[in-house]
Amino acid sequence: MSLPPETMATLMPLHMAIGADGQVVSLGPTLAKVLGPGAGEGAAFTQLVEIYRPRAVATLPVLLSLAGRKLQLRLRGRAGLAMKGLAMPDGRGGAVLNLSFGIGVVEAVRRHALTSSDFAATDLAIDMLYLVEAKSAAMESSRTLNRRLQGAMQAAEQRAFTDPLTGLGNRRAMDQLLQRLIRGGERFAVLHLDLDHFKQVNDSRGHAAGDRVLQAVARTMLDLTRKNDLVARIGGDEFVILPLGLTDHERLSDLARQLIARIEEPVPIEDGACQVSASIGISLHDPDNPSPAGVAGLLAQADSALYAAKREGRSRHAFHRAEAA
Amino acid sequence: MHGLLARTLQCFLQDTYGLGTWAEIARRADLDSPDFEAMLDYEPATVERVLAAAVQRLDKPGEAILEDIGTYLISHHNNEGLRRLMRYGGLDFIDFLHSLEDLPGRARLAVADLDLPELELCDREGGGFDLICRAGSTHPRGLGHVLVGVLRAMADDYGALVILGHSGASAGRERIEITVVQTDFAAGRSFDLGGAPPSPVEGQ
Repeated sequence: MSLPPETMATLMPLHMAIGADGQVVSLGPTLAKVLGPGAGEGAAFTQLVEIYRPRAVATLPVLLSLAGRKLQLRLRGRAGLAMKGLAMPDGRGGAVLNLSFGIGVVEAVRRHALTSSDFAATDLAIDMLYLVEAKSAAMESSRTLNRRLQGAMQAAEQRAFTDPLTGLGNRRAMDQLLQRLIRGGERFAVLHLDLDHFKQVNDSRGHAAGDRVLQAVARTMLDLTRKNDLVARIGGDEFVILPLGLTDHERLSDLARQLIARIEEPVPIEDGACQVSASIGISLHDPDNPSPAGVAGLLAQADSALYAAKREGRSRHAFHRAEAA
Repeated sequence: MHGLLARTLQCFLQDTYGLGTWAEIARRADLDSPDFEAMLDYEPATVERVLAAAVQRLDKPGEAILEDIGTYLISHHNNEGLRRLMRYGGLDFIDFLHSLEDLPGRARLAVADLDLPELELCDREGGGFDLICRAGSTHPRGLGHVLVGVLRAMADDYGALVILGHSGASAGRERIEITVVQTDFAAGRSFDLGGAPPSPVEGQ
């Protein structure tokens, strides 16, 4: 059976008809386009394609011995495109080799500016291109959602580490940083600060006044510490400050005195002013001689120093001393 | 209902009338959050509430808004990706019409849970077409009007001269009458198979 060239070209735009002598008789229009002008008729088929699987093919008899098998090949020359192929005898001693771009179709279409009329209507290549574009659009949509969810998650995490009244960190923020500092093997100080006379303010002037005082105290503590230090509100009128890198007794004492002096300044409220003071207990973490109970032990040490300061008459600070523990 | 439909309504109102107008419509519709997500599901009633609020705020009939959404889907530069996907339907406008029955299937290829109404194209005597749009109970009402907008924009895109209009609904079936006067009336917009926008870079 011999088919008119137009039939072959339309049914198989990527085919190559090979004569009994191994020379190319004709090329499908799309294959001719991809190979470029001048390539083709009269050349040996092995000059146009390099078939390398299931094995290298150098002659027509070898090609015919692989009839019906899936062939992997590359176009020779500038195109260099990897393709799939299928060869069958043409009934006159030659062969018809039909090709497909396989999954390389996206790249091939881009590189050779192919259009849908370069493919047979029965070829799924166009549907594959459609699918690739549709999938990337859907994927992009999905990614946009993920990005927004990630932003929302970070905002929620931020809120989970913040005390809503004062904007300071909360106990969770403090725990997390303490654990990180201990893991990091750093030397650092823990200041445990408790307001004096706060309960009286709350009881006599009301909760709104109490809240104003807490906010003012928070501002003071932020003013007197550096940006990377942690200031956390861990209870009603209890605060913890982690002044990073500051472990010198003298300088810690200076900071404690300044804090107490500033906190003692009257806080204006609607009908007058409130005055509170503060006591501070300080413990030090020494990575060479850590508290056996970890974070809890370190906080307990700061707490016992705080109560020592309170016992000594409030409005003062005290250091935890190993022998006093 | 698929978030893509809800999100489309939001993007249309934002891109056409501005963020302020959208915020006002979202408020009037009493939305929990003023943002629809394309990949989540919503109650059809929610979307219908937004449309009703838009009708009031824009003082425009719902059908006209829906048709504008269809046009927006194809012709707004933010939707170039969708225009390209639609152009895969065929080489010219007639080819495209013939591909419409595949549209719900094609949409499912892209987004597996996107359920579009069934479409059926019938030849009319004298050369025109009737496009029947069969919406199910899960679809918001009036998708046929969106389709009219899509078809008008696609006819422009192909450069075809087409007369079309919505000719009413009965028993959940909307009918659109289409007369193709000339398929190559104007130059239309180009469609280059290899011209897909490059994959967006993370973080853009």
